[in-house]
Amino acid sequence: MSSDSTKKTITVALGVCLACSVFVSSATVALDSIQKQNKKLDKMKNILQAGNLSFNVSNAEDVFKEKIVPIIIDLESGLILDKSKYSPELNPEAFNIKSLSESKKFGTDISPEKDLGNIKKRPKYMLSYEVLNQNKDVEKYIFPVFGKGLWSTMYGFLAINKDLKTVEGITFYEHGETPGLGGEIDNANWKASWKGKQAFDESGLAILNVLKSKVDPNDPNKNNQIDGLSGATLTTRGVDNLIKYWMGEDGYAKFLGNLRKDI
Amino acid sequence: MNKYKEILLDPIFKNNPITLQVLGICSALAVTSKLETAIVMSLAVTLVTAFSNFSISLIRKHIPSSIRIIVEMTIIASLVIVADQLIKAYAYDVSKQLSVYVGLIITNCILMGRAEAYALQNPPVASFLDGIGNGLGYTFILLTVGFVRELVGSGKLLGYTILTLNTDGGWYIPNGLFLLSPSAFFLIGLIIWAVRTWKPDQVEES
Repeated sequence: MSSDSTKKTITVALGVCLACSVFVSSATVALDSIQKQNKKLDKMKNILQAGNLSFNVSNAEDVFKEKIVPIIIDLESGLILDKSKYSPELNPEAFNIKSLSESKKFGTDISPEKDLGNIKKRPKYMLSYEVLNQNKDVEKYIFPVFGKGLWSTMYGFLAINKDLKTVEGITFYEHGETPGLGGEIDNANWKASWKGKQAFDESGLAILNVLKSKVDPNDPNKNNQIDGLSGATLTTRGVDNLIKYWMGEDGYAKFLGNLRKDI
Repeated sequence: MNKYKEILLDPIFKNNPITLQVLGICSALAVTSKLETAIVMSLAVTLVTAFSNFSISLIRKHIPSSIRIIVEMTIIASLVIVADQLIKAYAYDVSKQLSVYVGLIITNCILMGRAEAYALQNPPVASFLDGIGNGLGYTFILLTVGFVRELVGSGKLLGYTILTLNTDGGWYIPNGLFLLSPSAFFLIGLIIWAVRTWKPDQVEES
Protein backbone atom coordinates (compact mmCIF):
# COMPACT_ATOMS: atom_id res chain seq x y z
CA MET A 1 0.00 0.00 0.00
CA SER A 2 1.48 3.37 -0.96
CA SER A 3 1.97 5.92 1.80
CA ASP A 4 -0.15 8.43 -0.09
CA SER A 5 -3.37 6.43 -0.41
CA THR A 6 -6.40 7.83 1.38
CA LYS A 7 -6.71 4.80 3.61
CA LYS A 8 -3.08 4.98 4.72
CA THR A 9 -3.33 8.74 5.31
CA ILE A 10 -6.29 8.31 7.64
CA THR A 11 -4.67 5.36 9.44
CA VAL A 12 -1.44 7.26 10.04
CA ALA A 13 -3.28 10.39 11.18
CA LEU A 14 -5.41 8.42 13.64
CA GLY A 15 -2.44 6.39 14.85
CA VAL A 16 -0.27 9.44 15.50
CA CYS A 17 -3.08 11.27 17.29
CA LEU A 18 -3.87 8.27 19.47
CA ALA A 19 -0.25 7.62 20.42
CA CYS A 20 0.39 11.31 21.16
CA SER A 21 -2.75 11.79 23.22
CA VAL A 22 -2.01 8.73 25.36
CA PHE A 23 1.55 10.00 25.86
CA VAL A 24 0.49 13.53 26.82
CA SER A 25 -2.38 12.58 29.09
CA SER A 26 -0.42 9.95 30.98
CA ALA A 27 2.39 12.44 31.62
CA THR A 28 -0.10 15.07 32.82
CA VAL A 29 -1.93 12.69 35.11
CA ALA A 30 1.28 11.23 36.53
CA LEU A 31 2.79 14.64 37.32
CA ASP A 32 -0.36 16.39 38.50
CA SER A 33 0.05 15.71 42.21
CA ILE A 34 3.69 16.89 42.25
CA GLN A 35 2.73 20.10 40.44
CA LYS A 36 -0.12 20.87 42.84
CA GLN A 37 2.21 20.27 45.76
CA ASN A 38 4.76 22.67 44.23
CA LYS A 39 2.18 25.41 43.86
CA LYS A 40 0.96 25.00 47.40
CA LEU A 41 4.48 25.00 48.79
CA ASP A 42 5.41 28.06 46.76
CA LYS A 43 2.49 30.00 48.21
CA MET A 44 3.31 28.86 51.74
CA LYS A 45 6.91 30.02 51.33
CA ASN A 46 5.68 33.42 50.16
CA ILE A 47 3.37 33.76 53.13
CA LEU A 48 6.20 32.83 55.50
CA GLN A 49 8.51 35.30 53.80
CA ALA A 50 5.98 38.11 54.04
CA GLY A 51 5.57 37.36 57.72
CA ASN A 52 9.35 37.44 58.23
CA LEU A 53 9.39 33.90 59.60
CA SER A 54 12.56 31.92 59.19
CA PHE A 55 12.33 28.55 57.46
CA ASN A 56 14.31 26.35 55.14
CA VAL A 57 13.33 24.29 52.12
CA SER A 58 12.54 21.16 54.11
CA ASN A 59 10.55 22.55 57.03
CA ALA A 60 8.44 25.23 55.31
CA GLU A 61 5.31 23.15 55.62
CA ASP A 62 5.86 22.39 59.32
CA VAL A 63 6.57 26.03 60.18
CA PHE A 64 3.44 27.02 58.27
CA LYS A 65 1.26 24.54 60.14
CA GLU A 66 2.67 25.53 63.49
CA LYS A 67 2.56 29.32 63.22
CA ILE A 68 -0.02 30.31 60.64
CA VAL A 69 -3.78 30.31 61.13
CA PRO A 70 -5.88 30.98 58.04
CA ILE A 71 -8.89 33.25 58.49
CA ILE A 72 -11.47 34.36 55.95
CA ILE A 73 -12.36 38.03 56.25
CA ASP A 74 -15.68 39.44 55.08
CA LEU A 75 -14.44 42.73 53.65
CA GLU A 76 -17.80 44.49 53.85
CA SER A 77 -18.37 43.95 57.56
CA GLY A 78 -14.72 43.55 58.48
CA LEU A 79 -15.52 40.43 60.48
CA ILE A 80 -13.91 37.01 60.39
CA LEU A 81 -16.19 34.50 58.70
CA ASP A 82 -17.25 31.79 61.11
CA LYS A 83 -16.01 28.30 60.24
CA SER A 84 -19.60 27.04 60.18
CA LYS A 85 -20.24 29.26 57.16
CA TYR A 86 -17.49 27.73 55.05
CA SER A 87 -18.74 26.27 51.78
CA PRO A 88 -17.09 24.15 49.08
CA GLU A 89 -15.89 27.28 47.21
CA LEU A 90 -15.25 29.36 50.29
CA ASN A 91 -12.80 27.66 52.64
CA PRO A 92 -9.06 28.07 53.22
CA GLU A 93 -8.14 24.96 51.22
CA ALA A 94 -10.09 25.82 48.07
CA PHE A 95 -9.80 29.61 48.23
CA ASN A 96 -8.90 31.00 44.83
CA ILE A 97 -8.81 34.76 44.28
CA LYS A 98 -9.27 34.54 40.51
CA SER A 99 -12.24 32.22 40.41
CA LEU A 100 -13.99 33.90 43.37
CA SER A 101 -13.62 37.34 41.73
CA GLU A 102 -15.45 36.03 38.69
CA SER A 103 -18.08 34.21 40.73
CA LYS A 104 -21.57 35.80 40.91
CA LYS A 105 -22.07 34.78 44.48
CA PHE A 106 -18.69 35.55 46.00
CA GLY A 107 -17.32 38.25 43.70
CA THR A 108 -18.10 41.93 43.49
CA ASP A 109 -17.45 44.68 40.95
CA ILE A 110 -15.42 47.62 42.14
CA SER A 111 -16.73 51.01 41.07
CA PRO A 112 -14.17 52.83 38.87
CA GLU A 113 -13.66 55.75 41.25
CA LYS A 114 -12.71 53.39 44.08
CA ASP A 115 -10.69 51.03 41.92
CA LEU A 116 -7.17 52.26 42.70
CA GLY A 117 -5.61 48.89 41.97
CA ASN A 118 -7.30 48.76 38.55
CA ILE A 119 -8.58 45.23 39.17
CA LYS A 120 -12.30 45.78 38.36
CA LYS A 121 -13.42 42.77 40.41
CA ARG A 122 -12.49 41.22 43.71
CA PRO A 123 -13.83 38.51 46.00
CA LYS A 124 -16.17 39.69 48.76
CA TYR A 125 -14.06 37.64 51.14
CA MET A 126 -10.29 37.41 51.40
CA LEU A 127 -8.28 34.56 52.83
CA SER A 128 -5.82 36.13 55.27
CA TYR A 129 -3.51 34.71 57.89
CA GLU A 130 -2.76 35.24 61.55
CA VAL A 131 0.79 34.56 62.69
CA LEU A 132 1.04 33.11 66.19
CA ASN A 133 3.92 33.46 68.65
CA GLN A 134 5.03 30.77 71.10
CA ASN A 135 2.13 31.51 73.46
CA LYS A 136 -0.33 31.09 70.60
CA ASP A 137 -1.17 34.80 70.65
CA VAL A 138 -1.57 36.65 67.37
CA GLU A 139 1.65 38.45 66.55
CA LYS A 140 1.10 39.60 62.96
CA TYR A 141 -1.54 39.61 60.26
CA ILE A 142 -0.77 38.67 56.66
CA PHE A 143 -3.08 40.07 53.99
CA PRO A 144 -3.22 39.07 50.34
CA VAL A 145 -3.09 42.07 48.00
CA PHE A 146 -3.23 42.40 44.24
CA GLY A 147 -3.32 45.07 41.57
CA LYS A 148 -2.19 45.98 38.09
CA GLY A 149 1.43 46.77 37.41
CA LEU A 150 2.76 47.60 33.97
CA TRP A 151 2.13 44.29 32.20
CA SER A 152 0.41 42.07 34.66
CA THR A 153 -1.67 41.77 37.77
CA MET A 154 0.71 41.44 40.69
CA TYR A 155 -0.38 39.11 43.49
CA GLY A 156 1.32 39.35 46.84
CA PHE A 157 1.11 39.39 50.61
CA LEU A 158 1.54 42.28 53.03
CA ALA A 159 2.20 41.56 56.69
CA ILE A 160 1.21 44.00 59.44
CA ASN A 161 2.29 43.83 63.08
CA LYS A 162 -0.33 43.35 65.79
CA ASP A 163 0.04 47.05 66.68
CA LEU A 164 -1.89 47.48 63.40
CA LYS A 165 0.53 50.14 62.19
CA THR A 166 3.92 48.64 61.43
CA VAL A 167 4.66 46.77 58.21
CA GLU A 168 6.35 43.42 58.82
CA GLY A 169 7.06 42.45 55.21
CA ILE A 170 5.86 42.11 51.65
CA THR A 171 6.21 39.53 48.88
CA PHE A 172 4.81 39.05 45.40
CA TYR A 173 4.20 35.43 44.42
CA GLU A 174 2.84 35.97 40.94
CA HIS A 175 3.54 38.77 38.46
CA GLY A 176 4.76 39.31 34.92
CA GLU A 177 6.75 42.53 35.28
CA THR A 178 9.94 43.15 33.26
CA PRO A 179 12.81 41.14 34.74
CA GLY A 180 15.44 43.49 36.16
CA LEU A 181 13.19 46.56 36.15
CA GLY A 182 9.65 46.08 37.46
CA GLY A 183 10.64 42.50 38.29
CA GLU A 184 12.77 43.99 41.05
CA ILE A 185 9.67 43.83 43.26
CA ASP A 186 11.22 40.42 44.00
CA ASN A 187 14.48 42.06 45.12
CA ALA A 188 15.24 40.95 48.68
CA ASN A 189 16.78 44.30 49.67
CA TRP A 190 13.84 46.29 48.41
CA LYS A 191 11.40 43.98 50.18
CA ALA A 192 13.46 44.28 53.38
CA SER A 193 13.14 48.09 53.18
CA TRP A 194 9.41 47.72 53.90
CA LYS A 195 9.96 46.27 57.35
CA GLY A 196 9.30 48.73 60.14
CA LYS A 197 7.57 51.33 57.98
CA GLN A 198 4.37 52.84 59.34
CA ALA A 199 1.34 51.92 57.26
CA PHE A 200 -1.26 53.67 59.44
CA ASP A 201 -1.34 56.74 61.65
CA GLU A 202 -2.89 56.95 65.14
CA SER A 203 -6.41 57.32 63.76
CA GLY A 204 -6.03 54.28 61.52
CA LEU A 205 -5.70 56.23 58.28
CA ALA A 206 -3.54 54.51 55.64
CA ILE A 207 -0.46 56.68 55.13
CA LEU A 208 2.02 54.41 53.31
CA ASN A 209 3.41 55.83 50.06
CA VAL A 210 5.64 54.20 47.49
CA LEU A 211 7.58 57.11 46.00
CA LYS A 212 8.68 57.64 42.44
CA SER A 213 12.25 58.13 43.61
CA LYS A 214 14.38 57.37 46.65
CA VAL A 215 13.19 58.29 50.13
CA ASP A 216 14.90 61.45 51.38
CA PRO A 217 16.55 60.50 54.74
CA ASN A 218 15.80 64.00 56.08
CA ASP A 219 12.10 63.86 55.25
CA PRO A 220 10.01 63.89 58.47
CA ASN A 221 7.62 61.42 56.79
CA LYS A 222 10.32 58.97 55.78
CA ASN A 223 8.82 56.31 58.05
CA ASN A 224 5.79 55.95 55.85
CA GLN A 225 7.61 56.12 52.52
CA ILE A 226 9.11 53.36 50.40
CA ASP A 227 11.80 53.75 47.70
CA GLY A 228 10.50 53.56 44.14
CA LEU A 229 12.10 51.09 41.77
CA SER A 230 14.36 52.86 39.30
CA GLY A 231 13.40 52.36 35.68
CA ALA A 232 10.00 50.99 36.66
CA THR A 233 7.74 53.98 37.22
CA LEU A 234 4.53 52.19 36.25
CA THR A 235 5.22 49.08 38.32
CA THR A 236 6.06 51.31 41.28
CA ARG A 237 2.85 53.27 40.81
CA GLY A 238 0.98 49.97 40.62
CA VAL A 239 2.41 48.84 43.95
CA ASP A 240 1.59 52.22 45.51
CA ASN A 241 -1.98 52.01 44.24
CA LEU A 242 -2.61 48.45 45.28
CA ILE A 243 -1.34 49.14 48.80
CA LYS A 244 -3.58 52.23 49.03
CA TYR A 245 -6.54 50.23 47.76
CA TRP A 246 -6.15 47.24 50.05
CA MET A 247 -5.31 49.32 53.12
CA GLY A 248 -8.25 51.61 52.37
CA GLU A 249 -11.96 51.51 53.13
CA ASP A 250 -12.71 49.07 50.30
CA GLY A 251 -9.94 46.73 51.46
CA TYR A 252 -8.96 45.72 54.97
CA ALA A 253 -9.64 49.05 56.74
CA LYS A 254 -12.93 47.82 58.27
CA PHE A 255 -11.34 44.64 59.56
CA LEU A 256 -8.44 46.60 61.03
CA GLY A 257 -10.87 49.18 62.45
CA ASN A 258 -12.75 46.43 64.27
CA LEU A 259 -9.49 45.13 65.72
CA ARG A 260 -8.44 48.63 66.83
CA LYS A 261 -11.58 48.93 68.98
CA ASP A 262 -10.31 45.96 70.98
CA ILE A 263 -6.82 47.27 71.67
CA MET B 1 31.71 6.43 14.08
CA ASN B 2 33.23 9.48 12.46
CA LYS B 3 30.02 10.16 10.62
CA TYR B 4 28.09 10.29 13.89
CA LYS B 5 30.66 12.60 15.43
CA GLU B 6 30.22 14.97 12.52
CA ILE B 7 26.43 14.90 12.80
CA LEU B 8 26.72 15.70 16.49
CA LEU B 9 29.38 18.42 16.39
CA ASP B 10 28.82 20.17 13.08
CA PRO B 11 25.78 22.18 14.19
CA ILE B 12 27.76 23.78 17.03
CA PHE B 13 29.99 26.06 14.93
CA LYS B 14 30.07 24.89 11.34
CA ASN B 15 26.33 24.77 10.77
CA ASN B 16 24.87 26.48 13.82
CA PRO B 17 21.08 26.81 13.58
CA ILE B 18 21.11 30.32 15.03
CA THR B 19 24.23 31.92 13.57
CA LEU B 20 24.17 30.34 10.12
CA GLN B 21 20.54 29.52 9.49
CA VAL B 22 19.21 32.27 11.79
CA LEU B 23 16.46 30.01 13.11
CA GLY B 24 14.93 30.04 16.57
CA ILE B 25 16.12 33.49 17.60
CA CYS B 26 12.73 34.48 19.03
CA SER B 27 13.21 32.41 22.16
CA ALA B 28 16.91 33.28 22.25
CA LEU B 29 15.80 36.85 22.95
CA ALA B 30 13.13 36.04 25.47
CA VAL B 31 14.72 33.66 27.94
CA THR B 32 18.32 34.83 28.10
CA SER B 33 18.07 37.65 30.63
CA LYS B 34 19.26 35.10 33.19
CA LEU B 35 21.65 32.18 32.82
CA GLU B 36 19.46 29.74 34.74
CA THR B 37 16.43 30.10 32.49
CA ALA B 38 18.71 29.88 29.45
CA ILE B 39 20.09 26.55 30.70
CA VAL B 40 16.68 25.02 31.33
CA MET B 41 15.35 26.30 28.01
CA SER B 42 18.38 24.89 26.14
CA LEU B 43 17.98 21.53 27.81
CA ALA B 44 14.29 21.42 26.93
CA VAL B 45 14.90 22.39 23.29
CA THR B 46 17.78 19.91 22.91
CA LEU B 47 15.78 17.00 24.29
CA VAL B 48 12.63 17.87 22.39
CA THR B 49 14.54 18.26 19.09
CA ALA B 50 16.32 14.94 19.63
CA PHE B 51 13.20 12.96 20.47
CA SER B 52 11.03 14.58 17.83
CA ASN B 53 13.70 13.85 15.21
CA PHE B 54 13.92 10.29 16.48
CA SER B 55 10.19 9.58 16.44
CA ILE B 56 9.61 11.29 13.09
CA SER B 57 12.49 9.34 11.59
CA LEU B 58 11.05 6.08 12.96
CA ILE B 59 7.81 6.51 11.02
CA ARG B 60 9.30 8.50 8.13
CA LYS B 61 8.50 5.78 5.57
CA HIS B 62 4.84 5.74 6.60
CA ILE B 63 4.11 9.47 6.74
CA PRO B 64 1.92 10.44 3.78
CA SER B 65 3.36 13.57 2.16
CA SER B 66 -0.04 15.29 2.17
CA ILE B 67 -0.20 15.41 5.99
CA ARG B 68 3.54 15.46 6.59
CA ILE B 69 3.71 18.83 8.34
CA ILE B 70 0.74 18.27 10.63
CA VAL B 71 2.08 14.86 11.73
CA GLU B 72 5.40 16.49 12.58
CA MET B 73 3.63 19.28 14.46
CA THR B 74 1.56 16.79 16.47
CA ILE B 75 4.64 14.89 17.57
CA ILE B 76 6.58 18.06 18.41
CA ALA B 77 3.64 19.59 20.28
CA SER B 78 3.14 16.45 22.39
CA LEU B 79 6.80 16.35 23.35
CA VAL B 80 6.78 20.05 24.25
CA ILE B 81 3.71 19.69 26.47
CA VAL B 82 5.35 16.81 28.30
CA ALA B 83 8.59 18.81 28.69
CA ASP B 84 6.57 21.72 30.08
CA GLN B 85 4.81 19.42 32.55
CA LEU B 86 8.13 17.94 33.67
CA ILE B 87 9.64 21.38 34.25
CA LYS B 88 6.55 22.43 36.23
CA ALA B 89 6.89 19.31 38.37
CA TYR B 90 10.64 19.27 38.98
CA ALA B 91 11.86 22.85 38.52
CA TYR B 92 8.92 24.93 39.68
CA ASP B 93 10.80 28.19 40.31
CA VAL B 94 12.35 28.10 36.85
CA SER B 95 9.00 27.29 35.26
CA LYS B 96 7.57 30.45 36.80
CA GLN B 97 10.23 32.51 35.05
CA LEU B 98 10.01 30.69 31.73
CA SER B 99 6.21 30.95 31.82
CA VAL B 100 4.86 30.73 28.27
CA TYR B 101 8.18 30.28 26.53
CA VAL B 102 8.37 26.52 27.08
CA GLY B 103 5.05 26.15 25.29
CA LEU B 104 6.42 28.32 22.52
CA ILE B 105 9.15 25.75 21.78
CA ILE B 106 6.48 24.29 19.50
CA THR B 107 6.92 27.26 17.21
CA ASN B 108 10.72 27.18 17.41
CA CYS B 109 11.82 26.93 13.80
CA ILE B 110 14.78 24.71 14.66
CA LEU B 111 12.49 21.78 15.48
CA MET B 112 10.40 21.96 12.35
CA GLY B 113 13.50 22.73 10.30
CA ARG B 114 15.41 19.68 11.48
CA ALA B 115 12.39 17.39 11.11
CA GLU B 116 11.85 18.53 7.52
CA ALA B 117 15.47 18.79 6.49
CA TYR B 118 16.96 15.80 8.25
CA ALA B 119 14.67 13.35 10.05
CA LEU B 120 12.48 12.67 7.01
CA GLN B 121 15.45 11.35 5.02
CA ASN B 122 17.67 9.73 7.63
CA PRO B 123 17.57 6.73 10.01
CA PRO B 124 16.50 7.19 13.66
CA VAL B 125 19.89 7.10 15.41
CA ALA B 126 21.47 9.64 13.07
CA SER B 127 18.36 11.82 13.38
CA PHE B 128 18.52 11.62 17.16
CA LEU B 129 22.15 12.76 17.11
CA ASP B 130 21.31 15.51 14.65
CA GLY B 131 18.66 16.72 17.12
CA ILE B 132 21.14 16.68 20.01
CA GLY B 133 23.74 18.46 17.85
CA ASN B 134 21.40 21.23 16.80
CA GLY B 135 20.20 21.51 20.37
CA LEU B 136 23.81 21.98 21.44
CA GLY B 137 24.29 24.65 18.79
CA TYR B 138 21.25 26.45 20.19
CA THR B 139 22.53 25.87 23.74
CA PHE B 140 25.92 27.39 22.90
CA ILE B 141 24.33 30.64 21.73
CA LEU B 142 21.81 30.80 24.57
CA LEU B 143 24.44 30.25 27.23
CA THR B 144 26.79 32.85 25.74
CA VAL B 145 24.03 35.43 25.48
CA GLY B 146 22.60 34.52 28.90
CA PHE B 147 26.06 34.75 30.49
CA VAL B 148 26.74 38.24 29.15
CA ARG B 149 23.23 39.53 29.79
CA GLU B 150 23.03 38.37 33.39
CA LEU B 151 26.55 39.55 34.21
CA VAL B 152 26.27 42.99 32.62
CA GLY B 153 22.58 43.50 33.34
CA SER B 154 22.43 42.48 36.98
CA GLY B 155 26.01 41.74 38.05
CA LYS B 156 25.18 38.13 38.82
CA LEU B 157 25.70 34.64 37.42
CA LEU B 158 23.15 31.94 38.20
CA GLY B 159 21.82 34.26 40.89
CA TYR B 160 25.17 34.59 42.69
CA THR B 161 26.56 38.10 42.94
CA ILE B 162 29.75 38.55 40.93
CA LEU B 163 29.84 42.33 40.68
CA THR B 164 28.42 44.04 43.77
CA LEU B 165 25.72 46.47 42.69
CA ASN B 166 25.74 50.11 43.72
CA THR B 167 22.29 49.59 45.27
CA ASP B 168 23.83 46.99 47.60
CA GLY B 169 26.75 49.21 48.51
CA GLY B 170 29.12 48.05 45.76
CA TRP B 171 30.63 49.85 42.79
CA TYR B 172 28.89 48.28 39.82
CA ILE B 173 26.12 50.23 38.10
CA PRO B 174 24.16 47.62 36.12
CA ASN B 175 23.31 48.28 32.49
CA GLY B 176 19.53 47.84 32.33
CA LEU B 177 19.56 47.61 28.55
CA PHE B 178 21.06 44.15 28.83
CA LEU B 179 17.96 42.91 30.61
CA LEU B 180 15.74 43.93 27.72
CA SER B 181 15.31 41.88 24.57
CA PRO B 182 17.11 44.23 22.12
CA SER B 183 20.44 43.50 23.82
CA ALA B 184 20.12 39.85 22.76
CA PHE B 185 19.84 41.05 19.16
CA PHE B 186 23.10 43.00 19.53
CA LEU B 187 24.86 40.06 21.15
CA ILE B 188 23.66 37.51 18.60
CA GLY B 189 24.72 39.93 15.86
CA LEU B 190 28.18 40.16 17.40
CA ILE B 191 28.41 36.35 17.70
CA ILE B 192 27.40 35.92 14.05
CA TRP B 193 30.04 38.47 13.08
CA ALA B 194 32.69 36.65 15.13
CA VAL B 195 31.79 33.18 13.78
CA ARG B 196 31.75 34.38 10.17
CA THR B 197 35.09 36.14 10.54
CA TRP B 198 36.50 32.89 11.87
CA LYS B 199 34.83 30.79 9.16
CA PRO B 200 34.57 33.03 6.08
CA ASP B 201 32.81 30.30 4.05
CA GLN B 202 29.63 31.02 6.06
CA VAL B 203 29.38 34.54 4.67
CA GLU B 204 26.49 34.81 2.22
CA GLU B 205 27.10 36.14 -1.27
CA SER B 206 25.71 39.61 -1.56
